[in-house]
Amino acid sequence: MEFRFTEDQRLLQETVRDFLAGECTVDFVRGQWETETGRSPEFWASLAEIGVPGLLIPEEHGGLGMTEIDLVLVMVEVGRAGLAEPVTPTAAVAAPLLRDCGNEALAKEWLPKIAAGEAIVAVAQPTSPLVPEAECADLLILRSGDGLYAVPAADARITPQKSNDPSQKLATVEFDPQPAQLIASGANADRLETAALDRGALACAAQQLGACEQLIQMSVDYTAERKQFGVPIGSFQAVKHQVADIKVALEYARSHVERAAHSVAQDVESRSVDVSMAKISAGEAALQGASTSLQVHGALGYTWEQDLHVWMRRAWTLDLAWGETAWHRERLAEALFDGGPPAVSFGFEPAA
Amino acid sequence: MDLKYTPEQEAFRKEARAWLEANVPSEKLASFDTKEGFEQHREWEKKLQAGGYAMVPWPVEYGGRGANLLEWLIFEEEYYRAGAPGRVNQNGIFLLGPTIMDVGTPEQKARFLPKMASSEEVWAQGWSEPNAGSDMANIQATAIKDGDHFVINGQKTWASRGAFAHWLFGMFRSDPDSTRHKGLTFILVPLDTPGITVRPIEKLNNKKAFAEVFFDDARVPVEYQLGEEGKGWDVAMATAGFERGLMLRSPARFQDTARKLVELYKETVASGAYVAPELRRTVAQCWMDAEAYALNTYQTVAHLMGGGKIGAEASLNKIFWSELDTKMHETALKLLGHRAELLPGSSAAGDVGEWLDGYIFALAGPIYAGTNEIQRNIIAERILGMPRK
Repeated sequence: MEFRFTEDQRLLQETVRDFLAGECTVDFVRGQWETETGRSPEFWASLAEIGVPGLLIPEEHGGLGMTEIDLVLVMVEVGRAGLAEPVTPTAAVAAPLLRDCGNEALAKEWLPKIAAGEAIVAVAQPTSPLVPEAECADLLILRSGDGLYAVPAADARITPQKSNDPSQKLATVEFDPQPAQLIASGANADRLETAALDRGALACAAQQLGACEQLIQMSVDYTAERKQFGVPIGSFQAVKHQVADIKVALEYARSHVERAAHSVAQDVESRSVDVSMAKISAGEAALQGASTSLQVHGALGYTWEQDLHVWMRRAWTLDLAWGETAWHRERLAEALFDGGPPAVSFGFEPAA
Repeated sequence: MDLKYTPEQEAFRKEARAWLEANVPSEKLASFDTKEGFEQHREWEKKLQAGGYAMVPWPVEYGGRGANLLEWLIFEEEYYRAGAPGRVNQNGIFLLGPTIMDVGTPEQKARFLPKMASSEEVWAQGWSEPNAGSDMANIQATAIKDGDHFVINGQKTWASRGAFAHWLFGMFRSDPDSTRHKGLTFILVPLDTPGITVRPIEKLNNKKAFAEVFFDDARVPVEYQLGEEGKGWDVAMATAGFERGLMLRSPARFQDTARKLVELYKETVASGAYVAPELRRTVAQCWMDAEAYALNTYQTVAHLMGGGKIGAEASLNKIFWSELDTKMHETALKLLGHRAELLPGSSAAGDVGEWLDGYIFALAGPIYAGTNEIQRNIIAERILGMPRK
């Protein structure tokens, strides 16, 4: 039993953190809102240089052959930076799906391209009719009936939808399923789809941790600077206690997220429930971070000009992606009360 | 990261499980907040000691088993699984014991630890005074050196386990001209010393188990000073860290309560009684939070075993478990509906009165070991770096 990350994993996290601190500034994020696509191929190429899109791709296909345990730390940094590029669908969800789907030709064609930063893949979520990143995708993984299909972007009818979060690129997608594009059907499609959902939710949860850390930091910085009654407002207990409460929520959510990363990487029996707990707790921490940060920033935080809402909107968006909190709560409740997939206590094994 | 137990850890679990199954009293003991229950619990802890399980992570020479912290967690899981009694000497074994191991002299370790492990000597804590609660540095009780004794005068209050305990630990002002954190000395006090009066205080649960303690020229040998003279604050802060931190509240305790809550929910739904719809979600949340607590503790243990330290982070822990404990018991009372007010022993209560007992006990959590308001200040100031003034 070793419930810690390795030095190498921490080093990878720091590398990504430093890279994003330099390259993915808030000005860059806001600048992307003004561009036509909202996405930067140059930026994606530099992400590929440090290996991010290919993290879960086996080395023989040009990736780094790492696991979700490595990825989860990278996703925390993505969340901290407010990075909006399609890391979740392409790197966290599509890459392992193509790796595991049993279609060698498909894997051989797409995995090296993903690892090299030459292909973006969007994936439909079973919990939402909206497909993020469909507009900039080269390939879409879509569900129709009992089949899962890999559809080249040219064969899909993509209708962009405007999101409250200007970083978020949403679309509705229609397509005519072709037998040649079928990846899996029946139980196999369900299995891949559930694994995709769990991976997407885990990636969101990790980003929520990062976003929450950023929201706490912004609150701490602002309340140390802003004076009222002759003292920094951060010295008031009423302010301190609110910020302290987010920190408590964040740290206990972190434990769930890190355990869920292990559960996904090892495909343990309680994987889905562990992921749901991660998504619920990280989502709640991030939402609490968003509302509290807004409160302690006062009217300034309510302006478009101030950067707070970049992460605030991100917290809202991530909460709805890959199963909103209510959906994950119900999956947990079914496991506990209705004989759903098992919920397993960590360590403690109750007497029969 | 590898979350599987090693074969050695599995073997230890099995061994502990077998011993507990064979030895845990089949009849529930009386509350250790009563004289009768206090003695029953001491008997049980003596038995634990004889089995070699009284203090799993302590060195063998001090009455322990020499196991590591991870094995301690495993043992605690088995302890709660077996439904074994709560530890009457938790002030000693979980708080003072680790402190003595850190700063005690070899003589003090040999003198105090084995009798603590077996509960031959049960400890009360003397943290608070009438004017030193949340303002812990405002200690007024004095301990003035006179030859090879301290002469102690003043008062301690809210001394947990004070009504029945044999010894008390606390900070006293050894330099009468000092103020605040300076000039305090941490002293171990035998409660049968002449000049000491213990007055039990009746708690919210109607039991006289904690106490106020009056010192009137009580003479205590200087060899019972723990750590350096005048440096009592530092010693006490280490002890408080143990109290807020992981030792006192092992995760299995909350996981076991969460499991019982899930069972209570299922039984209540099955009985056809009205269950407010939101309780489904609240019960699941409680179970999830107990898991978070366990996961976080395992992470802390991994950090400590890897040579790390914990400081102010213990305050995160304290808020989380105390609020979780309260929420779980509140939720249980909501599920019980009108039965929630019946005391254990009422014929209509069955065994559900346990939840009420647990609820009243849980209500103390956000108050003792430093109120949760104090913990929030610590988190804000020491972890997040928010301004003091």
